[in-house]
Amino acid sequence: MSDNWGFIALFSLIALTVPIIGLLAAWLLRPHRPGPIKQTTYECGLETVGDTWLQFKVQYYLYALIFVLFDVETVFLYPWAVAYNKLGILALVEMFIFLAILAVGLAYAWRKGALEWV
Amino acid sequence: MIAMHFLQASVGWIRGLIAGQLGLAADALWVDLAIWLISALVILGVVQVGMLYATWLERKFLGRIQDRLGPNRVGIFGLLQPFADMVKMLTKEDITPAQAHRGVFNLGAILVVPPAIVVFAVVPVGIGLIATDLSVGFLFFISVASTAIIPIFMAGWGSRNKFAIIGAMRAVAQIVSYEIPQVLSVVGVLLLAGTLSTQGLTLAQGNGGAGDAIGYPGLWFVLIQPIAFVIFLLATTAEIERTPFDIPEAESEIIAGYHTEYSGLKFGLFQLSQYFMTIASAAMASILFFGGWLAPLPFLQRIGPLDLGWFWMGAKTIFFVLVFMWFRGTWPRLRSDQLMGFAWKVLVPLSLANLLMTGLIGYVTQSSTNLSGQPLLILLFFAVANALLLMATLWLIGWWRKNSERPRIRFEQAAAGELPPAEVAA
Repeated sequence: MSDNWGFIALFSLIALTVPIIGLLAAWLLRPHRPGPIKQTTYECGLETVGDTWLQFKVQYYLYALIFVLFDVETVFLYPWAVAYNKLGILALVEMFIFLAILAVGLAYAWRKGALEWV
Repeated sequence: MIAMHFLQASVGWIRGLIAGQLGLAADALWVDLAIWLISALVILGVVQVGMLYATWLERKFLGRIQDRLGPNRVGIFGLLQPFADMVKMLTKEDITPAQAHRGVFNLGAILVVPPAIVVFAVVPVGIGLIATDLSVGFLFFISVASTAIIPIFMAGWGSRNKFAIIGAMRAVAQIVSYEIPQVLSVVGVLLLAGTLSTQGLTLAQGNGGAGDAIGYPGLWFVLIQPIAFVIFLLATTAEIERTPFDIPEAESEIIAGYHTEYSGLKFGLFQLSQYFMTIASAAMASILFFGGWLAPLPFLQRIGPLDLGWFWMGAKTIFFVLVFMWFRGTWPRLRSDQLMGFAWKVLVPLSLANLLMTGLIGYVTQSSTNLSGQPLLILLFFAVANALLLMATLWLIGWWRKNSERPRIRFEQAAAGELPPAEVAA
């Protein structure tokens, strides 16, 4: 098992060049004739009414909160799962208690209507 | 084992060759760099061609599902169609809306591609045939893949178009929500395999652990974790935003979602990234649940000294890509609230229950000496447990739903005229 993070760094750089080279090639090949009508915001043919950068709906924040909760949970679950064979019955029981607390949390959020998309 | 020695010898030979060409010692840093560069370019080439033909395959396959022929004009069977499309993308005029935030708009299109390519660094196609066998391979895959939501949101925000921003917000909510069942369902597999490395996960599905496993298929995880497999497949379909989970770009509602304003190659880059992610997810599904590059039967693993791992990995990946296309061809798109509800109210409880079950059964089967080394008994154990789990969880979900969910108050209020019209519209 060799953790070649150097390769990952190199590969990321190469991956980043792919869209850049593509866009450069397209820039050389494509026509460039902008116009005021062409550059309007794509909608139904009329000017956009009001600002686009509005406040978010609160529902997104509720989902984000539950997401953070469960994502942190998986951070704890992964090392546990990998070391599972060596940990024995006590770690299993502990993890069950941990999961039970989270399941109760999910059930609570469900009952409170936080999972309703309204 | 012979195949392994053969391969190690050939890797050593390549190292020697490169070192000879550069006039350096075989273990110099430059030799490593050269090998990295070659493997990066090989992966890029394979993936690029795979992507081009995935578009062709999708159009052909969907055409057949819908009783059409699909592309058949450019080249024989339309095989040159992807190249024609590429030329078209490159020569289309690029329009940036005057209102858009130019920097964020362009950066979104550029940054959406790299994560979808980098994930291929941890896809193994045979013993030793992996770009880099990270000990946290699967975690790397998930985390890099989920960074793709940042450029998607940049695209939606930077476009300054209402359809685009709605699409971007939906995309973030959806990807974030389906990430939970996706990672939770895999914990059961990780627990049985005891590793996060993609190579280790593949070998754990062979018979007898790393080294000896080559060519002796044991139990593929799909057999002992069928529920986890279904959860993973559905959550992955949502992660890569393919139908029926393509609400962020639902063309009947919000034009094209976050890439509404993009044209020419910038639009092409979003498509590119999506096809890369489709192939990568198909590869990951086959690594986790279908034994990766292991052959279904031992004698099919190699011909003489030639290891067929790459063939099996490719075949399984294409199979899963076709499954994703089949979903697209046959399922209608979900509604936004159904989509979020499905993730949190069905998939998350189910994957938690699956994890509990796997922990318990895994402990029983591993601690008892009668059971270890008896694949059929383990299989039976897991089959019964899976069936019981599915019934119990679905019943529990139904019961909790009936007891806890309030009736659709808002709709009733709206019908009675108790809400202001602006809120009803939202």
